[in-house]
Amino acid sequence: MVDASTSAHGDLKLSHLTKSFGDFKAVDDLSLTIPEGSFFALLGPSGCGKTTTLRMIAGLEEPTSGTMHVGNTDITDMRPYRRPVNTVFQNYALFPHLSIFENVAFGLRRRGIKDVKAQVDKVLELVELPHLAERKPTQLSGGQQQRIAVARAIVNRPALLLLDEPLGALDLKLRRQMQIELKWIQTEIGLTFVHVTHDQEEAMTMADTIAVMNEGRIEQMGSPADLYDNPKTAFVANFLGQSNLIKGAIESNGADSLLVNLFGQKVALPRSRSAAKDSSILVGIRPEKFRIQPEGKEMSGNILTGGVISDVSYIGVSTQYQVEMPWGQELIVFEQNDDGVPPLDKGDKVKLSWEPIFTFGLDGSQDANAGSKLIADEEE
Amino acid sequence: MAFLHATAKHGSSETKKRSWLPYLLLLPGLVWLFFFFLLPILTLVSTSTKTPGFGIGEFDQTYRFANYWDAIVNSRAQFLRSFEYAGIATVLALAIAYPLAYAIAFKSGRWKNVLLVLVVAPFFTSFILRTIAWKQILGSSGFVNRALIDLHIIGPQTHLTASAFAVVMGLTYNFLPFMTLPLYSSLERIDPRTIEASGDLYANAITTFRKVTLPLSAPGVVAGTLLTFIPAAGDFVNAEILGNPNTKMIGNVINARYLQIVDYPTAAALSFTLMFVILIMVTLYIRKAGTEELV
Repeated sequence: MVDASTSAHGDLKLSHLTKSFGDFKAVDDLSLTIPEGSFFALLGPSGCGKTTTLRMIAGLEEPTSGTMHVGNTDITDMRPYRRPVNTVFQNYALFPHLSIFENVAFGLRRRGIKDVKAQVDKVLELVELPHLAERKPTQLSGGQQQRIAVARAIVNRPALLLLDEPLGALDLKLRRQMQIELKWIQTEIGLTFVHVTHDQEEAMTMADTIAVMNEGRIEQMGSPADLYDNPKTAFVANFLGQSNLIKGAIESNGADSLLVNLFGQKVALPRSRSAAKDSSILVGIRPEKFRIQPEGKEMSGNILTGGVISDVSYIGVSTQYQVEMPWGQELIVFEQNDDGVPPLDKGDKVKLSWEPIFTFGLDGSQDANAGSKLIADEEE
Repeated sequence: MAFLHATAKHGSSETKKRSWLPYLLLLPGLVWLFFFFLLPILTLVSTSTKTPGFGIGEFDQTYRFANYWDAIVNSRAQFLRSFEYAGIATVLALAIAYPLAYAIAFKSGRWKNVLLVLVVAPFFTSFILRTIAWKQILGSSGFVNRALIDLHIIGPQTHLTASAFAVVMGLTYNFLPFMTLPLYSSLERIDPRTIEASGDLYANAITTFRKVTLPLSAPGVVAGTLLTFIPAAGDFVNAEILGNPNTKMIGNVINARYLQIVDYPTAAALSFTLMFVILIMVTLYIRKAGTEELV
C-alpha cells in the first residue's frame, strides 16, 4: 500500500457516506466537498452524526457505505495511521507518560523524520509554549494542554486537521481566546481544518463554511453570514442564533414581494427570500431586527400590533424583551441600549416593526420549534 | 492583603482543631501493626541469634550471629531454587495474565464483570485443594500427561508430577489472579483515546502497544510481578504437594525447621534473611522500573 500520510493533498470529498449502528443511521447518505485550505465546521446537536463523520474521516470508524477522497487518493479503507489526517481529540488525549516534547515528536518519530528537534521547537514556538517542553501533560493547565494537542497534530503537516469539540473542556473566556488563536494558526499554516462542534457561536467565529447537521444529514451549508441571514429550514433558523418564526398564509404573490397574513395582520417579505412551497409559510424575523415602541406611536415597515411585554431582561449592551402576541405566541426582541430611552416595563402594550427586507420565509409545514429545544439540552 | 491574612488565620485554626483526627484514625492500624507485626519481627530477630538449651524447644539468647551464616550456607540451594521458581512463575503468569487482562479491559464489553468474577473464582476453594487438584491434572492418568505422550512431545514413561515443572505450574496457577487484577486495573484506567491518538499519529498496532499501552500499564506490571513473586518465593505448599525432595524451596526448609526439627533459631534466621533479600530485590526493581510517579 502506498503511504499517503504525506503525499496526498487536495479537497476532501465525501460521497454518499453512511454509517449505521444496527437500525440507527448515525450518518445518512452524506455528500460534501471541503476545499483545501478552508476552515470547515460541522455544527449540530449531540447525536446528529457530526462526531461519527469526523471519526470516519480519521479512520477510527468504518463507513457502512460510501467513499472518502483526499484529492485523488481514496482513503475509505486506509488504516488510520496511513491517512494524511491528524486529529485534535476531545479532552486532548495527550500521552501522560511522555514529556510535552515527546508528545509533539510522536508523529514525526513514527514516520522516521530526521530533524525532529527543529520541527518540534518550531511548532512549540507557534503555540507559544516552548518553555514547557520538558514537562509532563498533567503539569499543564487545560488551555496549555489544548495548545499542545494542536501542536502535536499540526507538526505533521497533514492534508486535513480534524478537531473534535476541541474547546469543549475550557471555560468561556479561555474558549473565546482559543477560538481566535486557532483561527490564526489555521491562516498561518494554511492547512484544511475540519471542526466539529455543537457551539454555534464557536462555529461562526472560526469557520469559513459551516455545515449544519441534523439526524445524520446536512440540513444546510454555507458561510456563517449566509446561514444566519438565509436559513432554509426552521432547524437552522433556531439552531444558529435565535429566530421568531410565525405561522402565516400567503395572500398575494407579487413580482418582487409576498403579502402574508399573520393571524389577521398583513406583512410583506421579498419573494427571493421565501422558501415556502405553497401558501403555508413560516415568517422569520431575527430578534435584533425588531424595533419595539409603545402602542400608539407611528412606525414604518412591517408592523405587528397588540403585543404585551411579558418579560424584560437588561443585559448591558441590549435589553431583551419577551412580547406576548394576541395569538398567544411569545416573540423575542433584542433592543440596543443606544438611544438613551429607558427600557419599557413588563405589562406595557407595544407594537413591533421591522424592514420587510429583513424577513425570511420558510416552508410552513415544518415544526416552528425544530432545533430550539436541542440548544437548551446542550447547555445543560 | 487583609483578606489574605484573615484567610490564613482561619485556615490555621481549622488545621489545629483537626490535627489530632488523622492520628486517631491511624490508631487502630498502628496498634495492630505493633502487636502483630513489629513485636513478632523483634521476637523473630531475637530468636534468630539463640542457641539450643537443655530441653527440646528451649533456647538461650547467646547472640550467635553465625546462625545466619550457617543457615544461609546450608540452605543455599533452596534459596536459589526459590528465586528461580518464583521468577519463572512470575514471567509465565505475566505472559498469561497480560493478554487476559487486556482482553477483559478493552474487548469484553458487557462480559467484563463476569470475567472478573471468574478470575477471582478460584479463591472460593481452598489453596491446598486447588494445588492437590493439579496433582490429578498432571498425574500419569490425567489428560495432560496422556495427551503429551500421544503427541510424542514427551517420552512414554515420563511423569509430570513430583517435578520442578509441576511446582512451577502450581505456582503460576495459584498466583495468576494476583497478576491479573493489578494489570487489569492499570489497563482499564488507560483513556482509549490515547490509543486512538497513537494510531492517528502514524503508529501501527504493534508500535502503539510498545510506545503507549505497555508504558501506561507499567504500574500494573510492577504491582502484579511483586504480588506474584514475593509470595511465590516464600511458598512451600506447591513444592510440598507437587514436588520431590530435589525441588524443595526455602519455604519448605523453614517449615521443616519450625515444625519438624524444632530448630527455631535457624528457622528465624532463614525467615529474616528471606524477608531482607526480597526487600532489597523489590527496592532495586522499583527503582529500575521508575514507576513511582505513575503509581
